[in-house]
Amino acid sequence: MAALYEEFTLCGLVQTQNASDSPIQGIERDGDSDHAVVTDSTRSVTLYKVSDQKPLGSWTVKQGQLLTCPAVFNFQTKEYVVVSDNKVIRVWKDEDLNLDKAFKATVTADVWRVHSAPGGEPVVLFQRGAVRFLDSLLSAPQQPIEDVLSEEEVIRWSTNIVAEEQHFVLFTTEQKGECCLYVQRLNPNTLQKYRLEREDSGASPLSFSASLRDKHLNLLYLYPNGCVYQSVVAARGYVGLEGVQALPRSLRLRLAVGEGELGAASAVALDEAHVAVVGVPHPSARTGKDFLCIWNTNFQTLQAGKEMAGRIHGQVWCYLGKLFVPHGKALSVIPYDCQKSSLASALGKLRHTGIAVSKSSVAVPSWNTLLHGDQPQGPTKIVETRKSKLSRKSQSAQALTVDQVLELIKTGPVDEVQREVEALVSRGDAQDLQLSVGQLACHLVARSQAETAFYTPVALAQLVQTQFLCHSVCPGLLLLSLEHKDYFLCQLCLQLFPDIPEVVTCACLKTFISVPDGDVEMVSLEPDSVSFMEGLVAAGARGGQQNGFSPPLFEEDSCDANHQPKPPQDKKNHTLQLEACPVGLHKAVLLNEVLQTPYSDNFLLPHLKDLDTQQVILFLQYLQFVYLKYSQDVYTQTPGLRSPTMTQIIDWVCLLLDAHFTVLVMAPDAKGLLSNLQSFVKSQVKLFSELGKIESSLQELHKMKLSKDISQYSIEVIELF
Amino acid sequence: MGEFKVHRVRFFDYMPTAIRAMAFNAHTERLALARMDGSVEIFNFTDHYFQEKVIPGKDSRSIESLCWVGGRLFSAGLNGEIAEYDLENLRPKYSLEAYGGPIWTIISNTQGTQLAIGCEDGTVKLFEVLEEHIQFERNLDRQKGRIISLSWHPSGTHIAAGMMDMIRVFDVPTGHAVQRLLVDRGFGGSKSRETVVWSVAFLSDHTVVSGDSAGKVQVWDGHTGTLVKTHLVTKWDVLALSVSKDESSVVAGTSEGTVIQFQFIAPTLHQQQGKEWVRTRTFKNHTHDVRALAEIETAIVSGGMDTHLVVRPLLEKFDEKSHASGLRKIHFPHRNLVSCAKKVGLLLFQFPGQLELWRLGDSDGHGKPGDRLPLERMPEKLLLLKRKGEDHICCSALSSCGGWLAYSTVSCVRIYRLQTDNNNISITKVSKLPKALHSAHQLCFSSDSSKMFAASSQSSVLVIALTQSECKYVHTLKPKSGSRQPIHLMTTSVDGKWLAAANSDCEIHVYNLQKLKLHCIVPVYGSCPSAMGIHPTTNNLTVVHADQQVNTIISQLYLLQDWSRKLQKQGLHNVWLDRDTPVTHVTFNSKNPNQVVLHDMHMFCIIDQSLPLPDQKTQFYNQMTLRSLSEQERPSHLHAFKICKTFQDLLCVSLLDDQSLVVVERPLLAITSQLPAPVRQKKFAT
Repeated sequence: MAALYEEFTLCGLVQTQNASDSPIQGIERDGDSDHAVVTDSTRSVTLYKVSDQKPLGSWTVKQGQLLTCPAVFNFQTKEYVVVSDNKVIRVWKDEDLNLDKAFKATVTADVWRVHSAPGGEPVVLFQRGAVRFLDSLLSAPQQPIEDVLSEEEVIRWSTNIVAEEQHFVLFTTEQKGECCLYVQRLNPNTLQKYRLEREDSGASPLSFSASLRDKHLNLLYLYPNGCVYQSVVAARGYVGLEGVQALPRSLRLRLAVGEGELGAASAVALDEAHVAVVGVPHPSARTGKDFLCIWNTNFQTLQAGKEMAGRIHGQVWCYLGKLFVPHGKALSVIPYDCQKSSLASALGKLRHTGIAVSKSSVAVPSWNTLLHGDQPQGPTKIVETRKSKLSRKSQSAQALTVDQVLELIKTGPVDEVQREVEALVSRGDAQDLQLSVGQLACHLVARSQAETAFYTPVALAQLVQTQFLCHSVCPGLLLLSLEHKDYFLCQLCLQLFPDIPEVVTCACLKTFISVPDGDVEMVSLEPDSVSFMEGLVAAGARGGQQNGFSPPLFEEDSCDANHQPKPPQDKKNHTLQLEACPVGLHKAVLLNEVLQTPYSDNFLLPHLKDLDTQQVILFLQYLQFVYLKYSQDVYTQTPGLRSPTMTQIIDWVCLLLDAHFTVLVMAPDAKGLLSNLQSFVKSQVKLFSELGKIESSLQELHKMKLSKDISQYSIEVIELF
Repeated sequence: MGEFKVHRVRFFDYMPTAIRAMAFNAHTERLALARMDGSVEIFNFTDHYFQEKVIPGKDSRSIESLCWVGGRLFSAGLNGEIAEYDLENLRPKYSLEAYGGPIWTIISNTQGTQLAIGCEDGTVKLFEVLEEHIQFERNLDRQKGRIISLSWHPSGTHIAAGMMDMIRVFDVPTGHAVQRLLVDRGFGGSKSRETVVWSVAFLSDHTVVSGDSAGKVQVWDGHTGTLVKTHLVTKWDVLALSVSKDESSVVAGTSEGTVIQFQFIAPTLHQQQGKEWVRTRTFKNHTHDVRALAEIETAIVSGGMDTHLVVRPLLEKFDEKSHASGLRKIHFPHRNLVSCAKKVGLLLFQFPGQLELWRLGDSDGHGKPGDRLPLERMPEKLLLLKRKGEDHICCSALSSCGGWLAYSTVSCVRIYRLQTDNNNISITKVSKLPKALHSAHQLCFSSDSSKMFAASSQSSVLVIALTQSECKYVHTLKPKSGSRQPIHLMTTSVDGKWLAAANSDCEIHVYNLQKLKLHCIVPVYGSCPSAMGIHPTTNNLTVVHADQQVNTIISQLYLLQDWSRKLQKQGLHNVWLDRDTPVTHVTFNSKNPNQVVLHDMHMFCIIDQSLPLPDQKTQFYNQMTLRSLSEQERPSHLHAFKICKTFQDLLCVSLLDDQSLVVVERPLLAITSQLPAPVRQKKFAT
């Protein structure tokens, strides 16, 4: 449960002329956990001791000058930094009395914000999107600042996040109603641009809040229609990735907004389950939007709420267990407390809601799927607040029931079926869907099989993504999608179905291998798996070209490549295999899905024999490619991404060789491949024999450590005879 | 025999200081050794290298060089003073400012009439040795640059002086420099650095041997001033040289911890002509600088930065393997630095500059042999008592009840009253001490803590009565023998009736404390007592000597006890006699009167006098064998010496009143790890 405690006033606020503007620009932390640096919207910066509710110091710029960015505290040098008139950076210490006498530096471009966080150097974000470390900027203030953003793109919000070794600057921009998120990683500097999905209303988000959790950047944003979405970006990015990527989002919360849209509201994530929202109506209050509420996004429940006297400006800051909310004529501090509470934890079943877990699909309903199984990538979300559930009751009267839809599927035109199924899925309750999804899918598949013209890819994909389907419920689905060359649906099924029979897996494999590259490249596939594959290919390419230095291969290190000179032709062949992926990108993505499908050897082996020699060689080449990539130091696996493991690859290689050994031995074009594979095996055997040799020494070492552990003092028992 | 709970203590951070200088007195066979902290130790080489005397150091004293004149010991140091030591009262007798800046070296002529010192200001000063004093005589011609090393020609007419980049030979009667021997600098980068001639030796055939900072040992002709031979022995410094008595061998100590021997031999066999100095052997017993070196009749003695003294026998001088032909390393002092309050489980550690009082931990668990018991209470440092003044602590004592603590330096004695209740400890200094009590060689409390005994000059013992409020002088116990040697061991009986005191003349006096008079003198045995104790029930005195003999004397009759007589008759086992560290502590088991607990550095031993003595054929270290035998077979294999080598590098082993053992270990590895990094580390196959 979360709770809001008794509020107290930190300071009074002066009303600005324009009542809609907030009198506060920003609140920042100081080196002391009990301090808050408050920058007002005009000229002054005040340092407060929060628990005492009293100011410790105040600094003001001259009349006519204007502070254009909230003052921040440089945790490394213990100095305060502020920007006045967009271009003048001022740095001062606690003991300085006059801001005019403080250190000043004028830079060449307009500054948007200075950001600082404990453990990191302060960074300066310019209005045109450039980012500089404060130190390096101050050492050369007149350095040219490049434009990163296009002409009409303006920054709406920015923050920075410092994790152990990584430093991020995140900012969102807006251009003609299109919102983008930029993730600037520092040291090494990379900039990644993501496009936020457009809200139907075309409105842009009111507020953003970002946090770092489990090596992922979580961005939480609130739209005027009361939807709170969350997007996840891997903190460890792929350097080679160019261009703008779509940022998948998931709905965390749908707040009832009452009449009209929200004006000044803000949401901030308190922890993984709790969100503090200001400027949104309280569900049980009749009127007014001046509330501070804490919502639990796992259960869509309101945990705590408080009415704030006076107008809320849609601003909220959260530092160390305290919320800072300017409202009316005062800045209030509200201590809060969030405790993790969930039904699952009560049952002892709470798993960490990371990406890896949420993607593991479960066909049987469990508390986990019901509570935490929401899939961040899924475009459809079945998440509503209690309030909206109530309001839905009136709508559902007009919508079709499951039975009606089933009837419709039998005869109705494609468009209508698609629309109705979509509507049904998007509004259905989890429990209702559980039962109906299977029926819907079966009916759809049955009609498609009967009528070649009838095929509803979107509706089927949606049904699969509910995760209530499995292969045994609707056995024809996967084959149908193969028939229609709907590779996206194939991929979804392979990912989400836990019970695909080996014969079907093999059929998929056969289709994927033999499909021409051109056909697949046009298909849109699940972005994460594509980006994984891009990373894998890029890693090798980069490693190969770096300063002309090519890191020695794993097997080259230890096997015959060093001992006996290979014929030049072989060598050439060898390097070729290493550098280029033998199959196209999307084809590789699909093959990866096959690799990760569960199977049992005995059942798979006979079906593998169906593959012809060329297919086997190509697949082996691909497996060899992935194996080599994995063996290199250059590529390290990203946690959280769905990717085939080393063991899976080796297992598949073994299976293929088992199934086709005689054929491969005879085939002339498989010769090089086989000798390469043999060298893998040799190197592995060698490695293990070496490990075996030192095993006993290592064990001895282990024993020694135990006996050596004699501390400064011990009481022992000895026996003398 | 049974199980023992052992408190294994490793928190005594005892750190010996580096050896700086040594001088061997061939006449008395005593080795004087100076350490960096200004302390001087005297080892008796006739008595199993026993550390007879320790003169405590002093903050302001630094010793660069030592020199014997007859039985008198002189030192000189960088504080610019020459000091003579009072070896009976273990303190400097007097010190004399030489007015030449820091003194690098001090030597005497063979006649023992003159001393010469080498000073920083470039002078060699001669002093006349008088009966009770020394007197400045004259300067030799003053040179530019400091005088680092000196060597007197045996005839007494010439002195060779090692300086920066050169060696000077002086004619003593005139005081003029007659030869100037230029010493080459090192090669390569060290070309720009001056070469320091760390050591010179002037042989009777006017050969000068020098060791310098460029790593060379050079042989010069002192008549002509020409270089005869250069031996480049190390990349670092040659720090010390020593010549054997017959001048047939010279040893050189280097910074890399090696000692290199040169011998004056003919290049071919059976040829008497054309002898030359040839490098023969290399000994590596040190890891760090060898700063001090002495070649004695049968061995090479070396010491340096790594703090231990090494006696390396020259095997060609021995006909058969014997006790003397083994390599000796002396790491720890041959006396107790740890006092144990047996009744309350307190330990007092003595450092030169401070005392530490610790309370042992506790565990109420029970375990099998070999187990480590869970600690219920951690050991606790109760007190850190820093000494006052410049003089280092020479002895300390803790009463067995833990209520009194005393220490002494050469200038003062301090007694403290300790009060511990639960977790609080309070310490009060006893303010008024009797005038007679101004310094002590040994301190000891009676077992009921009502009296304190302080060993004073001329082997006398002061008896001080302690009460809550004051401490009062009672009596001085004086030996009849008139020995002037200091007492180095003292022990009292549990019933408070007897006090035994042993001095460096190997005399043991037993006093009757009720009558306050000498009871007897134990028959003098040829070896110095290294540890002794009075049995709590029988009042028999058990003495262990430096030669490893164990004697138990019946106090009433001053006769050897039966057991001891049997031991004398049968002789100790050779394995016992071959141990190379002396027993430094004797305690008894109050529950079992047959058991005596002894320890040296490498083992502790419980002697059970009820069991048969081992003869030469029995396996001496038999604990492992006994462990493997069955209950029935065991009794036939038992013998009196039960030796445990589980614990190593022991500074103290004591048996508390609750029957648990306290073992204070100071692993040599821990000492080594505190030393600076050596200049050269042994690498495999180099």
